[in-house]
Amino acid sequence: MELADFERLLGVWSKPVKNEVEKGAIRKFADAIGDPNPLYHDEERAAQSRFGRLVAPPTFSRTFDYGVIPGLEMPTEGLIHGEMFYTYYKPILAGDVLYASFALTDAKERAGKLGRMILLVFTYKVENEAGELVQEAKSTVIYRPEGGGAQ
Amino acid sequence: MTAKRYQPGDHLTPLIKPPVSKIQLVKYSGASGDFNPIHTVEEFAKEAGLGGVIAHGMLTMGFVAQMLTDEVGEAGELLSFGVRFVDMVRPGDIITCDGVVQEVKEEEGYQVVTCDVWAQKSPGDVRVVQGTATFRKPLA
Repeated sequence: MELADFERLLGVWSKPVKNEVEKGAIRKFADAIGDPNPLYHDEERAAQSRFGRLVAPPTFSRTFDYGVIPGLEMPTEGLIHGEMFYTYYKPILAGDVLYASFALTDAKERAGKLGRMILLVFTYKVENEAGELVQEAKSTVIYRPEGGGAQ
Repeated sequence: MTAKRYQPGDHLTPLIKPPVSKIQLVKYSGASGDFNPIHTVEEFAKEAGLGGVIAHGMLTMGFVAQMLTDEVGEAGELLSFGVRFVDMVRPGDIITCDGVVQEVKEEEGYQVVTCDVWAQKSPGDVRVVQGTATFRKPLA
């Protein structure tokens, strides 16, 4: 896809996808990071906390399914994750039923020293069953149409 | 017990992680659903010109998140957290996470703390992620 193709998709949201937060998924995610925080692992301990249930780590929403933006074909190579920014409104807890969606919210082209780059900003939204915003994330992805590394 | 009062210039409690391992990259791929082979398949990463597998940027961000949630504690809340991915992390790298308080405000019984946060391969070495975070903690 070229810049004009991305620009046509600006502001088009995916249909929200239902995601159920599983305690096993929280534990596995915290284990992979090597974070022993008992609120992620120990149900009894979490039950005694103000949360009442296992808590998801701050970057856990990375595991959610955000659906599909019709017409968006992301390349699988030549992508670099440039930036990630989360705004948190409510904690994510085991057993939560959440709705996740995303949109392309900015696209621009730059000439870098390693060639042409397309900078894409995706906005990710997570809402609860009451329709309240739980968290929002903005992810900047650098796409080099002529190829290059990734992160 | 009186809660710690933050001042601009204070360091957060740094977190030194065990060396990143290839097994960890496989575990993080599975746990996160990011199966890009540059993180797990040596030959693929070499062909992509990376010289070998590299860690997911989001894994390093997860390390910084761990430092933050340790700092914020159970009574506090992380309000925002963002990073720029600056440099690659490879198996064997020992990542140190750190942060410095930039601003402290008091609001309704809470202190709201904004800080610079980062991860580096060793203290004083090049930063691999660089960002900001805001959290709040009860004053008492």
